[in-house]
Amino acid sequence: MIRLENLTKHYGSFVAVDDISLEVPRGALYGFLGPNGAGKTTTLRIIAGILRPTHGRVLLGGDDVHQQPIAAKTRLGFIPDRPFVYDKLTGAEFLRFVAALYGQEGDAIEGRITELLEVFELTTWKDELVEAYSHGMRQKLIISSALIHRPQYIVVDEPMVGLDPKAARLLKDIFRQFVTRGGTVLLSTHTLEVAEAMCDRIAIIQQGKIVAEGTVNDLRQQHRAGDASLEELFLKLTGGAHVRELAEVLGDGAAA
Amino acid sequence: MRVPPQPSLWRVLEPKWRTALQRIREERSRGGSGKLLILILVGVGFWIGVFGVLYRILKYFRGVEDVGPLLAGKILGVVLLAFVGILVLSNVITALSSFFLAKDLDLLIAAPVDWLRIYLAKLSETLLHSSWMVALMAVPIFAAYGVVFRGGVLFMPYAVLAVFPLLVLPAVGGSALTLALVNIFPARRTRDLLSIVALGAAGGLILLFRLIRPERLASPEGFRNLLDFIAVLRTPTSPYLPSEWVSQAIMEFLRGKVDLMPLALLWSTAAAFVTLGALLHRRLFAPGFTKAQEAAERFVRGGWWRLTVGTMLGFLPVAKREFVIKDIKLFFRDTTQWSQLILLAVLVLVYLFNIKTLPLHRGEAVGFFYVTLVSFLNLGLAGFVLAAIAARFIFPAVSLEGRHMWLLRSSPLDLGALLWSKYWVGTVPLLALALLLTGLTNVLLEVRPFMMAVGLVTIAGLTFAIAALALAFGALYPQFETENAAQIPTSFGGLVYMMATIALLAAVIFVLWQAVYQYVRSVYLGRPMVVEASMLVWFAVAAALCAAVTAASLWVGLRRMERMEF
Repeated sequence: MIRLENLTKHYGSFVAVDDISLEVPRGALYGFLGPNGAGKTTTLRIIAGILRPTHGRVLLGGDDVHQQPIAAKTRLGFIPDRPFVYDKLTGAEFLRFVAALYGQEGDAIEGRITELLEVFELTTWKDELVEAYSHGMRQKLIISSALIHRPQYIVVDEPMVGLDPKAARLLKDIFRQFVTRGGTVLLSTHTLEVAEAMCDRIAIIQQGKIVAEGTVNDLRQQHRAGDASLEELFLKLTGGAHVRELAEVLGDGAAA
Repeated sequence: MRVPPQPSLWRVLEPKWRTALQRIREERSRGGSGKLLILILVGVGFWIGVFGVLYRILKYFRGVEDVGPLLAGKILGVVLLAFVGILVLSNVITALSSFFLAKDLDLLIAAPVDWLRIYLAKLSETLLHSSWMVALMAVPIFAAYGVVFRGGVLFMPYAVLAVFPLLVLPAVGGSALTLALVNIFPARRTRDLLSIVALGAAGGLILLFRLIRPERLASPEGFRNLLDFIAVLRTPTSPYLPSEWVSQAIMEFLRGKVDLMPLALLWSTAAAFVTLGALLHRRLFAPGFTKAQEAAERFVRGGWWRLTVGTMLGFLPVAKREFVIKDIKLFFRDTTQWSQLILLAVLVLVYLFNIKTLPLHRGEAVGFFYVTLVSFLNLGLAGFVLAAIAARFIFPAVSLEGRHMWLLRSSPLDLGALLWSKYWVGTVPLLALALLLTGLTNVLLEVRPFMMAVGLVTIAGLTFAIAALALAFGALYPQFETENAAQIPTSFGGLVYMMATIALLAAVIFVLWQAVYQYVRSVYLGRPMVVEASMLVWFAVAAALCAAVTAASLWVGLRRMERMEF
C-alpha cells in the first residue's frame, strides 16, 4: 500500500502540495490527475524520495520513505516525466547500473536485461550509447529500468509521452498485469481516456489539494454528473470548462 | 503573402541578455552582494598583481635607452600573439556550441529570421563567450603600458579601438573553421575531434614556448653583440600578423605619434573577415546544421572496464562497484572531459622542465639550503597545481549527477556510497599524479632522503584533503543546469574552493616549516640529524590538519547532498 499522510510541500511562500492524505491500496492502478502546475509531479517526487516534504510523510508498505529510505525504495520503481539518462552509457549498461543500485547482479539480471530489451524492442540498440536514442526509446529504457528489480510499487509520471501507439499499448498491458499480480501503480497522466480506461481509482489534485477521489462512478455521483466522461468531470472540477472563442484564438490564418 | 519585417539583432539576442539580467537579479535577491564583493575583490587583486609585475618590468625597460621601448613593444607583440592563439582555439570550440548545438537554434531556424541576422547574432555570442576573459586580462596590461609610457587619457579608448578588431578576427576565423569541419564530420564527433586537436595544439604551443626559453631575450649576454640583439628586437615577428599591427599601433601612440595604417589594416581586415564569414555561413550553414543533428557514435563495448576495474573491485558491494565503473566509463567516453589530460601532461612536463633549469647546484652549502627550500616550497606549488586539477575534474562531480538524481534518489543507493565513489574515482589518479610530480621534482633537485620522505607524505596528505574539499565545495555550489563540465569550475563556487585550498596549503606549509627549519639548521651547522619530539609534533599537527579537513569536507558534502532537492 502507498500511503500519504498530511503531505505538504512549500517552495518559499508558494504551497505546491497542501496537506494531502491519500491511500493507494495494494493491487490497485491509481490515477493521479490535475491541471498543469497542480502539484502532481511534486507529490510523485516526494513519494519517490527525491524531494523532502515540508510536513507529513509517505509510507510504502509500512516503511517511511524518508525515515527508512533503503527499505522503502527497494520496493519502488519510479518513472519520471523528464527522462534524463546517462548519455554515454549504452542501454544495456544503463540497465545493469540501475540493477546494481538495487543490489542486484549476475546471470539473473543479465537474463532480465535481455528480456526487457526484447519486450520494448530495444535489443538491436542495446550496445548503442543512449545519446543516440530517440525520446520514445529513452522513455522505454526508463520504463525497463523501473521494472528491472521487480518492484512492488510503480510510481509513474506521464508514462505515455513520446511512446508510439504500440509501446503505449504494451505499457498499459504491463501495468494491468502488474496490478493483477498484486503490484501497485500510482500513475499521473493528462491522457484522460487512458486514466478512465485503466485506473481503478482516481484522485484529482488542484492547487496542491485533492478536490475529488474515488472510482469514476463515485466521482460522477459525488458531483451529480450523470454519465459524463472523465474529461467532462475533470474540466468541471478544475474550472477548465471556459472554452474561449476558438475563432478569436486561431485568427484568420486557420481559415485561409 | 506579406513578408514580415526582420527583427533587429538586439531582438534576436534578447533571450540571451534577458537571461543574463535575470540571473543577476536572482543572485541579488539571494543575497549575492557578498558573492559579488568577493568576486570584485579577487578580480581587482588579480588586476593589481598583473599591473604591478608589468609596471616594474616596463619601468625598468623605460630606463634602458634605445633597447627599452623596443623590448616593451616586442613583449606586447608576444602577449597579443598568445592572446590570438588562445582566442582562435576558444572560438573554434565556442562556435560549435553556439552555431550548432545551442538549444535556441531550433526556434531561431524555424522562425522567418534571415541568415545574416542568425550569423551576426551567433557570431556576437561566440565573440562574447570566448573573448571576455582575454579582454579582462588585457585591461591591467594596457593600463601598465599607458601609465609607464604616459599615454594620457586618450590611451585607453585608443587601445580599445585597436584591440576590438583583434577579438573579431579569431571569432570569425574560428567560426568559419568550425563551419567547415561540421560539414565534414557530424557536430558531436567534431566536438570530440576539436577538443582533442585544440588541446593538443595548445599543449604543443606551451611546450614550444617554454623550450624556446623566452627569458633569454631579457639577458642580452647570449647574443654575439648588441647590434644583433637590437636587430632581433626591431624585426616584427611577421608583418601579416594582426597582433603585430595592434602592437605597432599601441607603441606608436605611446611614442606620441598616431599611425593610422595599422588601425586601418585592423578594421578593414575585420570587416572583410565578417563579410567573408557571412558568405561562407550562407553557403554552408544549412547543410552543416542538418549534419549536426546526427549522432556521434554507434556501437560501444564496455567489457574492458568490467574485466579490469570490475575484477579489481570485486570485494566491494555491487552498487559501489558499478558506480565506480559507471564514472570511469562516462569520463573516458566524454572527450570534453579526458582530452584536457593532454594539456595537463604538457603542463607537468613544463613544470619539471622549469625545475630542471633552476640554477641551484652552484656551491655545496648554498646549494643544500636552496635545494631544500625549493623542494619545500614546491609542495605548495604542487598543491596548487593539484587543487587546479581537482577543480577541473572533482569539483564538477556532484553537479554532473544533478540531472540523474531522480534515479539515484529514488533508488535505495546510500548517498554515502555515491560520495565514496566520487571521492575515490577522483582521489586515486590525483594521488598518483601528486606522488609522481613531487617524487620526480625531488629527484631532479637531488634532495636528501629526509626531504623526499617529508615531500611525499605531505603531498599525499594534501591530496586527500584537496580532493575532499573539491567534492564538498562542488556539493555546496552545484550547477545542475550546466551541460559542459569545463564551465563548472569557473563558477563562484570554484573560486571559493580555490581560496579555501590556498588557505589549507598556506597553513600546512607554515606548520611544516617549523620542522623543516630545524632540519636545515642541523645540517647547516654540521650537527647530526635527529628527529626531535618538537618536529614530530609539527608533523602530527600537519597530518591532523589534513585529516580534519578531509573528514569535515566529506561530512559537509554528504549533509549538503542529503538536503538537496531536484
